[in-house]
Amino acid sequence: MKHLLCSAAALVALAAASPALANRVFVTNERSNDLTVLDGETLEVIGTYPVGNRPRGITISPDGTELYVCASDDDLVRVFDPNTMEEMHTLPSGPDPELFVLHPSGNPLYIANEDDNLVTVVDVKTHRVLAEIPVGVEPEGMGVSPDGRVVINTSETTNMAHFIDTETFEITANVLVDSRPRFAQFTADGSKLYVTSEIGGTVSVIDPATQEITKKITFEIPGVLPEAIQPVGARVTSDGKKLYVALGPANRVAVIDAETDEVTDYLLVGQRVWQLAFNPDETLLYTTNGNSNDVSVIDVQRDEVIRSVQVGQQPWGVVVAPN
Amino acid sequence: MLKGIIGLLAGAAALAQPAAAQAPDPVLIRAAVLRVDDPGLPPISRLDLPPADLGFAGARLAIEDNDTTGRFMGQDFEAVEIAATPETAAGEMQKLLDEGIEFIVLLADDDMTLALADQAGDRAMLINAQARGDNLRGEDCRFNTIHVAPSRAMLADSLAQFLMWKNWPRWFLIHGSHPEDQAMAEAYRRAAAKFGAQIVEEREFEDTGGARRTDSGHVQVQAQMPVFTQRAAQHDIVITADEADVFAAYLPYLTWDPRPVAGSAGLVPRSWHPAMEAWGGTQFQNRFERLANRPIREEDYQTWLSLRIVGEAATRTQSGEPEALKEFILSDSFDVAGFKGQALTVRDWDHQVRQPILLTTGVLTTSVSPQDQYLHQTSQLDTLGLDRPESACRFP
Repeated sequence: MKHLLCSAAALVALAAASPALANRVFVTNERSNDLTVLDGETLEVIGTYPVGNRPRGITISPDGTELYVCASDDDLVRVFDPNTMEEMHTLPSGPDPELFVLHPSGNPLYIANEDDNLVTVVDVKTHRVLAEIPVGVEPEGMGVSPDGRVVINTSETTNMAHFIDTETFEITANVLVDSRPRFAQFTADGSKLYVTSEIGGTVSVIDPATQEITKKITFEIPGVLPEAIQPVGARVTSDGKKLYVALGPANRVAVIDAETDEVTDYLLVGQRVWQLAFNPDETLLYTTNGNSNDVSVIDVQRDEVIRSVQVGQQPWGVVVAPN
Repeated sequence: MLKGIIGLLAGAAALAQPAAAQAPDPVLIRAAVLRVDDPGLPPISRLDLPPADLGFAGARLAIEDNDTTGRFMGQDFEAVEIAATPETAAGEMQKLLDEGIEFIVLLADDDMTLALADQAGDRAMLINAQARGDNLRGEDCRFNTIHVAPSRAMLADSLAQFLMWKNWPRWFLIHGSHPEDQAMAEAYRRAAAKFGAQIVEEREFEDTGGARRTDSGHVQVQAQMPVFTQRAAQHDIVITADEADVFAAYLPYLTWDPRPVAGSAGLVPRSWHPAMEAWGGTQFQNRFERLANRPIREEDYQTWLSLRIVGEAATRTQSGEPEALKEFILSDSFDVAGFKGQALTVRDWDHQVRQPILLTTGVLTTSVSPQDQYLHQTSQLDTLGLDRPESACRFP
């Protein structure tokens, strides 16, 4: 319980004890308008901090010094010092930011504006909007290629993955996928792009070179109605061997052999599992479970759920500080 | 011309280029919305007065949404808007058919919908965005019509499931005297039998005509409603079937016994509600309100979904051929997203669009049916309405 004494003093002490943020887990709670910090070693809650209205997408700079949170109902991105959880500044985001992706170099930030059919590009150093790129209806998922040359945006009602050139901010290709695409994830070598479709119930495997769908991954869980299987968040291990996909109200995370793109297992987690994040050495995977107000912790080696940790109300996004 | 646009609009130019490269002339996909306005009495509450663009505003949003996708696909969508009276409806339908429009969204009552479906025959696919009649999905079903509006059976079942979960199985059913009220009452009787509720008492509230507005009319209403509901058998809830909008809205807080009201007032089953925010609904509401400057109505949601079905078929088949689109809409491969948390599909036995039903109060969504505990061997959505074995529909 003393972990919940989230005074600034306690935080400073913590920060002093472990100067690197190593393995700290940040979870946005959409309904309680706050953020829960977990210790990635002990899996205990370190503290809970207000972060603006309706926090959803969350990411952290590659050097671990800036934590970015989409405060959807504030129509901006709030930037925090992950050590102190003090707000440093805000970034203009366009209305209703939901998800974003940071360029691999740490700048700029590409933000999906669900309400305006736009992707907003923001320079995180100068805090200025570099471009607004018109995309399909209800832009949502954002992914970036490992070389930083291509940003992917998925539009939920247009049902496309839009390929955006990061130099020219122009759309170079549009790939039609199944209904309500939610999330785009490249493999670390950039050879494959995974796009999840929430209502379509599939994951499209796209060859980024040709922009063609090479395979559609489908899911079948005994005892679970097909309409409850709604792929949302996705993460692939950096060795390109395993892909994890959150299946929403099916309350499961699918484990997929990322070499063959075949499902190998389903792991039972909390209710309405939404987004996923690995710890830095990829031994653990965290899931946000929106309807059970907890985070499930998956042992990646054994593909077992080892713990669930209570967080705030309706956890949505999760990110782990880099080493 | 696109070269002249600079700055942030450069991106917009880029959008146009790939589409232009694929298909120099966008394929035009034409549809119409035919609304048949019945000149009846005004509603009990002035909050329910129909806006002039009822249904049409939903159509405009669907065309915008379809066109945004169409830019990438080389497709262009349009929907002609026609407001008719019962007298002019057949003539307007004929004009649309003569123009060769093959997707016609109808906002009309049960009888008019059936008459227009028979008039259209195999010349157009009709999409019913208003009529709830179970007969239109049953003995009077027509192959050329798909039903986006939920049937009365679906609405009654959605409420019944919730009331059984709530453990309120004893219903006091009050229905109006109009045929549509009787039809809705019959749907509640069927739902009660299906889910194990009991209708412990039934009364008819007769429409004796007269004006809806009078100075200090609430004085009489306050005196009449408790008396009308006096000495009913022990019940958990009052269920109202009042599609003609004669009395139900008067009942909450004026029943003799302190009981909640559902059905046509109180907790109301609907296809859509302007406060719905789950499943991306917020963005949909915002888009609609920006376009129409008013909160959305069920009719707007239903016309929006009707035209999105056409748009989705055009996107998936990458075709503008009406025959190809119709075939795809009626195939097993078709589904469409409608901000209801799951794919919406078309029942092959009666062409009803499967969909969750919202149970709403005046300001919020209280629940969404089907309720979790009602399972089904093919789709949980088929626990709502008339399932394949029960259906009286026989397509040729």
